[in-house]
Amino acid sequence: MTTAATLVVRFEVRPRPGAGDPRGDDLVRRAWEIGVRLTAARAARVYLIEGDLSDEQVETIRTRLLTDPVVEVSELGASEPVPESATVEVHPLPGVMDPTAQSVRDAVLALTGTEVRVSTGWRYDLEGVDASEAEDLARRLVANPVINAIHAAPFHPEALPSGTPAEFRVMRVPIRDLDDAGLEKLSREGHLFLDLAEMRTIREHYAAQGREPTDIELETLAQTWSEHCVHKTLKSTISYTGPLESDAIDWSARPGHEKSGATEITVRNLLKSTVAAATHELIAEGIDWTLSVFVDNAGIIRFDDETAVCVKVETHNHPSALEPYGGAATGIGGCIRDIIGTGLAARPIASTDVFCVAHPDTEDIPAGCIPPRRVLTEVVAGVRDYGNRMGIPTVNGAVLFDNRYIGNPLVFCGCVGVLPTDLIEGHAKPGDLIVALGGRTGRDGIHGATFSSAELTDTHADEFAHAVQIGNAIEEKRVLDAILRARDEAGGPLFSAITDCGAGGFSSAVGEMGERIGASVTLDSAPLKYGGLTYTEIWISEAQERMVLAVPASNLDRLREICDEEHVELAVLGEFGTPDRELVLSFQGEEVGRLSMEFLHEGLPTPTRSASWSPSPTPKAGSESDPDVNGAVLALLAHPDIASKHFIIRQYDHDVQGNTVVKPLMGARAIGPADSSVIEPNPGTGRGLAIGCGVQTGVGDPRVGGDPYQMALGAIDECVRNLVCVGADPDRIAILDNFCWPSCKKPENLGSLVRAAEGCYDGAKAYRTPFVSGKDSLNNQFTTEDGRTIEIPPTLLITGIGVVPDLDRCVTSDAKRPGNTLIVVGQGETPPTAMGGSRYQSLFGLTERDDPATPRVDLEAGPRTARAVASLIRAGLVESAHDISDGGLLVAVAELLIGGHKPGAPLGAELELPGHDDTGLSAAFCESPSRYLLEVCAARLPEIEKLLGSTPWVHIGAIDESGRLGWAGAGLDLDVEELTHAWRGTLNW
Amino acid sequence: MRIGPSVKGSGPAGGGPQPIQAYPRLMQQRPRALVVRTAGINRDAELLRAFKLAGADAEAVHLDRLIAEPDRIDEYAIIGFPGGFSYGDDVASGRIMAMHARERLWDRFSGAVERGALVIGVCNGFQVMVQMGLLPGPIGKSPVQRVALTENTGARFVNKWVRMIPEPGSKCVWTRGLEGAVEPELLMFPSAHGEGRFVADSPETLDELEAGGQVALRYEENFNGSERSIAGICDPSGRVFGLMPHPEDFVHWNRHPWWTRLTEHERSGSPPGLRLFQNAVEAASSPVGARA
Repeated sequence: MTTAATLVVRFEVRPRPGAGDPRGDDLVRRAWEIGVRLTAARAARVYLIEGDLSDEQVETIRTRLLTDPVVEVSELGASEPVPESATVEVHPLPGVMDPTAQSVRDAVLALTGTEVRVSTGWRYDLEGVDASEAEDLARRLVANPVINAIHAAPFHPEALPSGTPAEFRVMRVPIRDLDDAGLEKLSREGHLFLDLAEMRTIREHYAAQGREPTDIELETLAQTWSEHCVHKTLKSTISYTGPLESDAIDWSARPGHEKSGATEITVRNLLKSTVAAATHELIAEGIDWTLSVFVDNAGIIRFDDETAVCVKVETHNHPSALEPYGGAATGIGGCIRDIIGTGLAARPIASTDVFCVAHPDTEDIPAGCIPPRRVLTEVVAGVRDYGNRMGIPTVNGAVLFDNRYIGNPLVFCGCVGVLPTDLIEGHAKPGDLIVALGGRTGRDGIHGATFSSAELTDTHADEFAHAVQIGNAIEEKRVLDAILRARDEAGGPLFSAITDCGAGGFSSAVGEMGERIGASVTLDSAPLKYGGLTYTEIWISEAQERMVLAVPASNLDRLREICDEEHVELAVLGEFGTPDRELVLSFQGEEVGRLSMEFLHEGLPTPTRSASWSPSPTPKAGSESDPDVNGAVLALLAHPDIASKHFIIRQYDHDVQGNTVVKPLMGARAIGPADSSVIEPNPGTGRGLAIGCGVQTGVGDPRVGGDPYQMALGAIDECVRNLVCVGADPDRIAILDNFCWPSCKKPENLGSLVRAAEGCYDGAKAYRTPFVSGKDSLNNQFTTEDGRTIEIPPTLLITGIGVVPDLDRCVTSDAKRPGNTLIVVGQGETPPTAMGGSRYQSLFGLTERDDPATPRVDLEAGPRTARAVASLIRAGLVESAHDISDGGLLVAVAELLIGGHKPGAPLGAELELPGHDDTGLSAAFCESPSRYLLEVCAARLPEIEKLLGSTPWVHIGAIDESGRLGWAGAGLDLDVEELTHAWRGTLNW
Repeated sequence: MRIGPSVKGSGPAGGGPQPIQAYPRLMQQRPRALVVRTAGINRDAELLRAFKLAGADAEAVHLDRLIAEPDRIDEYAIIGFPGGFSYGDDVASGRIMAMHARERLWDRFSGAVERGALVIGVCNGFQVMVQMGLLPGPIGKSPVQRVALTENTGARFVNKWVRMIPEPGSKCVWTRGLEGAVEPELLMFPSAHGEGRFVADSPETLDELEAGGQVALRYEENFNGSERSIAGICDPSGRVFGLMPHPEDFVHWNRHPWWTRLTEHERSGSPPGLRLFQNAVEAASSPVGARA
């Protein structure tokens, strides 16, 4: 810290008495939820402004900028504490992004003409607690020590912290003489997270060069070779051991696979031989609407003649474990940048999010873990604050609860964009300038890529606080506005390539764009948030909201003009193209790094990794008898996986852009769950895009004898069902994979990953749904302080986008009218029975009479059923459609009624489920795939029967006006209001 | 006179977006509409679309450009302040944008009000207008803020479609004829805000707004805790209007949360959101003195 001559002025702004204090009231509510008897709380905003300001200017700032004359009061300095209360203040730690401070700085300059420095915080006056309880409460509810300082009294420093310039010298790291132990030590202590084989390769490379690497070269290699950036596990050669005969997987004639015995098979480049192989085979078989697969930041498909759609889903698990709010916000921010950086820039039109957390009421929380309820509320707040500010509707998602996510929650963020079909490809050309746009570079996010590739432990919060970041959505929105203008210039785009600065920062962005032509970078040119960064920190910082463009020199002036108008900072970092295809880095006139692009991108050793699989046993029946059917339906509706997510959905702006046709909640009371959302990308054209997902963790769970192969098939089937149910054309569905696995250094985990990948291949081929992009995160486990490792259940998220040819034919899941018939398509007179992995099993256990198998997808029947249902929808024969998944058939019917019923116009249903006498009650809760619940007009059944042809279907009941869900044969009789209450009650936060 | 397709039964069948209706009179003289955008504004495209569908020539101009070329403001018959998070809504929603507009362009915007321009502020734009002093009016020599839009009582951003109750006897030009135009339960707009609680500086101000016909819309369900459930107000002329919910997001029938339950008959005619903009275009096309 340095002390400046100027003083810091402290402003305190609070609600005017009588104008309400929602933030204070909310804190009281949340304190009671965690058992702290706070009686009252007052919140005040604190601004610390440092600059050469006159009294008059201070007053101008206070009255014209910081205080609302109607609802707020303010004062300089610190107000008197409220009697009988404890004061606690929360401020950002030095270097942590403070968007409000930046905005205030700019506004003060505009208002007074004076340059100032600003920091902001919150003051809370808490009644009913003492000072230490107040601090504890702040830590548990409103502050995170990773990013915040907590003060027990009003904070009024004499000066704001500022960086000191770093001393510059080129750092060389001796590696040539290190032995294996030395290499491993260097990798670990330098946070490189490279394995021994990789470290040896680097050692040999430099030995051959006859010199030691500089620190920035080593860091560049570590970033580029990180699991996060290069997917080295999925791309490696894998030796898989397990039963190959009489296995669920047909191991014969799979591309890139080579059998070497009855129980051993070698897979060259798992990703290429499964996920990508399916796509390329489908393209060879005639699918002509994919435009770019696996090569860009996002996959691209054709939407209509002029418009392409791109889609990407990322995970941001480890940052979210340490700082859920910032982790999730920068997760969605990063995925949005992926879309902006696709082709020659796409415009984001929708976002998605899926979270996996521990049960919210878990009490056993290991040291180093944030309680799951706080994780969930804060990741939601992070997505909310970033997505809403960007003006991108967040339209689809899911939340899954399992205690194995306690230390390693999963945060999936997706984004969909549109771009003209003639702008789907860009390439940096030699001579193009390397231009950085957007946020300044700071010390935030150092080592994010390598950190995300490591395993979490209880001490990570201390060790990796610098990997955690807070986003600034408005910075990114300005960047987006500027880039779209630069793209849509009359003479064509002003840039020849674009990518985002994500994991690895400039090192990855410039390294990727210049892979084929080389690049030279002057690191001094990067605008910095504060002094004191070393050249390596500048290079690998993952500071948010930055994009890198390749810009022909002749376009620079025009680009600068646009950026100035949009308040976007532009910096020329260097030039693409070097004579020897090298990456050349310099700082203060001195060369600090020189790497051949060939070694950087192709030098990574690809050792053979071991994978094994042995089916886990099916657990024995643990229950004596079936539960009461009424209680079971209510308990399942209240299951947090199934329960309404309105507390999340309502915080997201899903209407912004004005194009959301099927919203996440629809129906007579706008509370019914939609299977997928539908957007109209080009308003007024009547052509839509459905966005949905599928995840079937239970089917692959080793604890119930599950098989990851079936889990992958189930997830694809579920995703297709969700899309088809709203009106998507099953012949225009593209999908993405997101694998989140526990450590794949363990052969058993890699084996389960292989099986899931094989499922992706078979599923994509059978459903004819090409994968267009994907991402993996393969080290998701948490080691507690006593050394216990908690592995997450293998989790595969399948996200899908599907073209809806005619929005008028969109179908929603809310029951429509009395007299209509309910049918299940995809199920015949004999109901499915496989109960393994179901929500029913997790709540009630299974009896001897139940079938404990996990469900299997029939790869012939599943796709056929999807197309049959789509043909009914296309013919206008379906009034409502809902996929039968979590909780099974009765839960699906209950949700249909919840969506369609309302007081004054009650809807109910009386069911008669055939075949259930023989199988017991549980089968009504079976989560077997490929089944669709449809509401149709009884008079049109003959047409329906004809169109369905050989696809099995069964009549299960009718809609009536009773306001009740009944099934006399099983004693089911529940009021729809009661169903609604159960479904909405669990997560009504 | 009424513009737009007649109320019921004559619109194209089906719930899909409807083609822009051609109105010969308006085709000859489409009024010009300005949409003021700046960093963080994100519903500018929707406001543009709504103006265009309603028959205006609309364009978005950055606030900085207007500050540099203030004369441009005088060229428009209609001015819209769109939704979004201007400058991140840092400090408070709309605060910094209002400061810039008030400090640099007060004369121009107040002049626009005085010459009878149609002005709308939606959500963030409404927040900007009240902090600038354009609402509730009447406009004086210097800007005065009398009402505020502050944090929802639930301390949380809420996005949902809410029923609107048009105020009988309101002077608001924008909401004319909204009552009775569609089934009351379909008169809904999406709300999407965290700071939309309407608060006045005194109960007298509220009384004055009510007595003067300046309340335009109220919430059926007062989810954000607004005083007297106020969702939108206008100035004493009725031509300057601000509201928190988003009519510009309901210009196609198939944006309604239960549009798949509606009959073709129910989905015919202009959706309530579009109707607002059609009212403004009509008013902008008539001489100020000639209005009712």
